[in-house]
Amino acid sequence: MSGTTDSYKTNFTETKDIVFKIFRYEPDVNPKPHFDTFTVPVVKGWTVLDAVMYIKENLDSTVSYRASCRMGICGSCAMEINGKPRLACQTQVISELRSKEVVIKPLANYPVLRDVVPDLTPLIEKHADVRPYILRKDKKVEVNPKGELYQTPDQLEEYLQFSYCIKCGACLAACPVTGADVKFIGPQALTQSYRYSVDTRDDGFKLRLEVMDHSHGVWHCHFAGACSEACPKGVDPAFAIQLFKREITARKFGKEVEPARLARQPADVKRRENIPYAPEKTVKQ
Amino acid sequence: MRDSMFWFWHLMAAIVILIVLSIHFGVMHLEGILQMFGIMSAGDVRSYAEVLVRAKTVAYLVIYLLLMWFALYHGFYGLRSIIVEMSDKMSKAGEIVVGWSIFLFGLGLAIYGSYVIIAGFVLANA
Amino acid sequence: MKTVSLEKRTLPHRLGIGGWAYGGRYGLERYLFILHRIAGLSILLYFILHIFITGQKINGKQAWDAVMGSVGGTWFYIGEYLLFVAVAFHAMNGIRLILSEFGWILGKPKRPIYPYQSANMRIRVFTWIMMILAVIIMAVGGFDFFLMH
Repeated sequence: MSGTTDSYKTNFTETKDIVFKIFRYEPDVNPKPHFDTFTVPVVKGWTVLDAVMYIKENLDSTVSYRASCRMGICGSCAMEINGKPRLACQTQVISELRSKEVVIKPLANYPVLRDVVPDLTPLIEKHADVRPYILRKDKKVEVNPKGELYQTPDQLEEYLQFSYCIKCGACLAACPVTGADVKFIGPQALTQSYRYSVDTRDDGFKLRLEVMDHSHGVWHCHFAGACSEACPKGVDPAFAIQLFKREITARKFGKEVEPARLARQPADVKRRENIPYAPEKTVKQ
Repeated sequence: MRDSMFWFWHLMAAIVILIVLSIHFGVMHLEGILQMFGIMSAGDVRSYAEVLVRAKTVAYLVIYLLLMWFALYHGFYGLRSIIVEMSDKMSKAGEIVVGWSIFLFGLGLAIYGSYVIIAGFVLANA
Repeated sequence: MKTVSLEKRTLPHRLGIGGWAYGGRYGLERYLFILHRIAGLSILLYFILHIFITGQKINGKQAWDAVMGSVGGTWFYIGEYLLFVAVAFHAMNGIRLILSEFGWILGKPKRPIYPYQSANMRIRVFTWIMMILAVIIMAVGGFDFFLMH
């Protein structure tokens, strides 16, 4: 145990003692939520996740958290750090937080399973509600298209920003409306709904509108902008929702959009010789 | 689904209110400054005589009616929004009851207000 | 032997309506949101009373003077100025909201390249301009309310 600490110290000479206050909730041991305090010798360059891992390895092995990739891709380690939802693996303790005390709480607006592990079921359910995949009237095209669907680079830019969502759930923790109203669809699902609705290959706008346009729907976004501030990937949900409002209004007033056509297979071309064929599929369709 | 249209008119009403309420507030609350520049004739804007002078003109009749209708719609849509957000345990039926109660209350106010404005117009012109 | 139940025993952790007032270290707009609501509700309450009070004008001069006398005190006057403040804020913030909720001033989607800039940050200067305008309107109103009467 001390070996680990020493190796840290020999590799990096300078450490700074930072106090970590971590929210604890262990239903089997102590159903009363409370905070535990740990002092961690933080090395320059450590993220909050590094510090929490240090606590689990060296100070208290019962501290629970959720993390996987350590590089802001998987979206597992979102937690409320010093009053704001952030990814623990992307938050620098010394250069970013700039405080002697770091308070870590689970994401707000989700039930807490244990310590800083939230139950993300609401996020996943709402995400599934908006059908986040390409929908076509012609089911053959939707399930097994016989070619590519046309899309220009400009049309790609329309939704590309919103497709970087990693489902970490930080935006729902930030949203004031989601906090008060569980039925509100929430920034994540609305953004994904917009992302697919403006995709030229998609034809499911009307179907998604049923989930958007009701008394707990998209109109309860009041542009508080907290979701965009919390988003660790720059997806900007608040922006997508405002664009979605404009799009819905435009279509209500008669804007028609034709979904992209299937590209036709070129007919009178000959395959050049000496080009090897693709290997046979291992899974038969 | 009608919520998109409710929201659309909420915003349109806001634009109308912005224009009409600026006139109303200019006359009622910034009258000191406006009188200083000679834009308005001097006098206490709240005296009964001044009220009748305003009630006499068709322009004010239109301004007041527009302001009242759109402000009632805008305000009560906002109230409904807030109530719906605050009470997520309410059933769908409960929401419909709240929606209709607010609508009927607003309609009652609109009818009374329109009566007052039109009666004032008739009275001042009599 | 101790058995472990597989049932989820979760702790509710919703911010609720309290989260409107404070939810964490967020920027300006999240607080403009709750101020906009408070201002709006106060204006609505005043407006309903206003319809009934000014409705007295059809009952002749005496009724009008009586009702104006009953709401003519200093506190009512200060209350009226607070309403003016609420309207000035609600209107200026409302202009920002209308322009952004229709997506007119927010620009186009951009690829998220670090450091990220949200649409809200792109128009932050405009937000501040609207707030400064609101303060100017409040100041002009205050000048008229308290210094010219």
